[in-house]
Amino acid sequence: MLAAHFPALQVVLPLLMAPVCVLLRGARLAWLAALAVSWVAFAIAGLLLAEVLIGGPLSYAVGGWAPPWGIEIRLDAVNAFVALIVAAIGAIVMLYAPKSVEREIGNDRAYLFYTAYLLCLAGLLGVTITGDAFNLFVFLEISSLSSYILISLGRDRRALYAAYQYLILGTIGATLYLIGVGLLYQATGTLNLADLAQRLPALEDVRGVRVAFAFLTVGLSLKLALFPLHLWLPNAYTYAPSVVTAFLAATATKVAVYALLRFLFTVFGAEFSFTVLPMGPPLAVLAVLAMFTASIVAIFQENVKRMLAYSSIAQIGYMVLGISLVTVEGLTASILHVFNHALMKGALFLAMGCVFYRISSVHIDDFAGLAKRMPWTAAAFVGGGLSLIGVPLTAGFISKWYLVLAALERNMWPVAALIVISSLLAVIYVWRVVEQAYFRPPPADRDVREEAPLSLLIPTWILVAANVYFGVDAGLTTSAAGQAAQTLLGSAP
Amino acid sequence: MSPAEAIIAAVLVPLAGAVLIAISGRWPNLRETVTLVTAVILFAVVLSLVPAVAAGARPTAVLIQTLPGVPLAFEVEPLGMLFALIASGLWIVTSVYSIGYMRGNDEHNQTRFYVCFAIALSSTMGVALAGNLLTLFVFYEALTLSTYPLVTHHGDEESMKAGRTYLGILISTSIGLLLVAILWTWVIAGTLDFRSGGILSGRTDGLMTAALLALYAYGIGKAALMPLHRWLPAAMVAPTPVSALLHAVAVVKAGVFCVVKVVVYVFGIEFLSLTGASEWLMYVAAATLLIASLVAMTKDNLKARLAYSTVSQLSYVVLGAALATSWGVIGAGMHIAMHALGKITLFFCAGAIYTALHKTEISDMDGIGRQMPVTLTAFLIGALSVIGLPPMGGVWSKWYLILGAVEAHQLVFVAALMISSLLNIAYLLPLVARAFFLPPRVPIAQAAGAAAATSREPDRGIREAPILCLVPLCVTALGCIALFFYADRIYALLAQIAAP
Repeated sequence: MLAAHFPALQVVLPLLMAPVCVLLRGARLAWLAALAVSWVAFAIAGLLLAEVLIGGPLSYAVGGWAPPWGIEIRLDAVNAFVALIVAAIGAIVMLYAPKSVEREIGNDRAYLFYTAYLLCLAGLLGVTITGDAFNLFVFLEISSLSSYILISLGRDRRALYAAYQYLILGTIGATLYLIGVGLLYQATGTLNLADLAQRLPALEDVRGVRVAFAFLTVGLSLKLALFPLHLWLPNAYTYAPSVVTAFLAATATKVAVYALLRFLFTVFGAEFSFTVLPMGPPLAVLAVLAMFTASIVAIFQENVKRMLAYSSIAQIGYMVLGISLVTVEGLTASILHVFNHALMKGALFLAMGCVFYRISSVHIDDFAGLAKRMPWTAAAFVGGGLSLIGVPLTAGFISKWYLVLAALERNMWPVAALIVISSLLAVIYVWRVVEQAYFRPPPADRDVREEAPLSLLIPTWILVAANVYFGVDAGLTTSAAGQAAQTLLGSAP
Repeated sequence: MSPAEAIIAAVLVPLAGAVLIAISGRWPNLRETVTLVTAVILFAVVLSLVPAVAAGARPTAVLIQTLPGVPLAFEVEPLGMLFALIASGLWIVTSVYSIGYMRGNDEHNQTRFYVCFAIALSSTMGVALAGNLLTLFVFYEALTLSTYPLVTHHGDEESMKAGRTYLGILISTSIGLLLVAILWTWVIAGTLDFRSGGILSGRTDGLMTAALLALYAYGIGKAALMPLHRWLPAAMVAPTPVSALLHAVAVVKAGVFCVVKVVVYVFGIEFLSLTGASEWLMYVAAATLLIASLVAMTKDNLKARLAYSTVSQLSYVVLGAALATSWGVIGAGMHIAMHALGKITLFFCAGAIYTALHKTEISDMDGIGRQMPVTLTAFLIGALSVIGLPPMGGVWSKWYLILGAVEAHQLVFVAALMISSLLNIAYLLPLVARAFFLPPRVPIAQAAGAAAATSREPDRGIREAPILCLVPLCVTALGCIALFFYADRIYALLAQIAAP
């Protein structure tokens, strides 16, 4: 009986638990509540994905109001997979949270963190599973507003500015999205995504629909930090508390990528998005620009967190590049990379949290001798870094394999070459840190072993291990991503 | 043990060894015992595969299903069998040598050294026994990464720079070119398996074939074709056992082995000679082997000279493969074995000289033959084998390479091989001559001091390296001679791949 309500519970649980956290007040209690909810959400997401992969799409009418009038939660191979990513990262980050939050936010304000985190989780999961365009906006705003709070919780004063910057740009993005949805509603009279998909093909030539398409694409591109709309991201990732950075980097942009996929392929349809309005070339060009500019900028960063933030912008380029190919292989590569990138960036940002916990800095100069002072943390960074580079037997390799393959199958030689060249840039910025950690002697007064506590190391290493596991045995992820790609291109909403 | 189990064991035994070495790191004697036992077990495991392969069987094993349609799988064929046999056999000898060298020079971080060494061997086995291109690529990269800590072992500024060159060239060529080549092959052929006769035959035209071959030849940076050879001299900052086993045998041979394997099992010899797509590679290889020999003559540092000599010798193998004739491929395969024993002997000697006398420059080595007669005799034997003079094994591989060039009607390469042999004499033998015939050169200050003091007697005595260094280099020197007499076994093994 309960199982039938899983789709709704996935969102409702964290949403309800958020105010409870405020009432609990105590850092420990709030953490326990958030932890429990995160793991329950994770379990539900796993069950739902299994159900969808075996039994096909699921529909759930919220409040018993039948779609298209009521809000529909609709799960298929695409968003069930993305929801699992979000919930999994949330669950692991919560294991990591207590010590790091105590250090970077302070126990007096910890309950605020857990509240905002739960709201953010609810918002992200909501965006992922909803089948309603306006409802998607609502959840998008829930997740965005709570992430502004999360970022501003950073001790560094610049966190406030970063949050403010994100607030402005994020709101612009959300507004553009809302305008797009309004125009679609005007043209079609429905907000249900499946319904929209049915009605839009007849309205291809209506100007309002085309304008809506433009608004939606630009709005979502802002949220997913597609170059050159990425300006909010580096500051936000750099100055947010480590837990927040790890959580947002691994989930927020991914969910926006999902929303873009949903609109381009399911709602408007590949035919409209890539043939009637040729979105392929502009997306490809922006993606390649992102891969190169952001990687090159990353090479010159002194703050390692900021370096990883720029690397994220480059990696988003890979995802968008896969989308722009409009083939099953390309989409598979994109969706795979959504998953794999969440794993690698999660691991890397958690490792940053370990470093900050002990050294109170993530400046590259302070990484000197890290391998001696924090051998396990340094090794975790190497592991995540190798995955970022795309070395075989890591998750990153699998994404790269599919992406290059997709480019080659479309005979796009230059694109394939650009992908591998840009991934070599990752070698440079990762190895800068590795050399600093392994070859420079630690400062004379800090030449002691001071490994991060286990409660930080274990979650970090879970993600590093996941990077290896999904690099060695990619059967599960490739089949899930492949099925998602077919769902998107098969025009079955 | 069934062949399939033996294949998996060949990859996993050194890995298990690495774990045990790490655990026993606190007790050096136990740790070294673990290394030796692992090496011996590995050799036994590899040896157990030989009869079946020699009889024409192709044992296979699947490790894990990585990507749909492309598992991590192994298939033993003669070329890989030979490579695995050499690498695992020489690992035993090198382990003994390492113990003498690392303790003799009081190196730091010895546990890390042995752990990485074992992982590198596991990767080498993976490369040797790989059953498809993905497996080959995976272990190829693992080999690069596991040897990086060995190259940068000293941890100073110089080794950091060298490590940068090492990793920079090897990673960027493998990801930038080799990976693309593999994926392209997948798109064209729909499979990545190694098959005799090749998988590309008839699916590509001449120019495309040549381009794909270029991606492979340069993507396999470990083959050190010029101008991508810089990493090999850079890697010489490593402790000598690393240079000996990895940068004369395992890593570099993995490179040329991959080239030969790709030529034979992906392109197919007949297809290549039919399209003439490998002709350019012959010229590049010939140029590399001549230029590297010339550069070697200018190097005064013994290890640097040996490194350039290796660059040159690797191109013999590439040339043999590029000739795309059955003699050429047999010569290439044989040269992997012959050069391995010769060059490892030379490196062992260089390390022994450094351990005993702390000399690295050839110009300092006048007269050391009187102090280290055994070492220098072994050096002479190794040098003769590398040059290719009887009664050393090296003569056979050059013999077949030249036959291959004749068979391909490419007489210019016969000349290139001959000239290169002469150059080999010119850069390897002077050291032996200096060591035995010139009087020891005594630094001026020391000479003055010595004259003032009692006598110069200590310089005249025998000062060989520790016994653990000395025995291995004698073993490999004798191996060079033994290969002269047992080359027919290798020939019989390799003849299988040449005759379809």
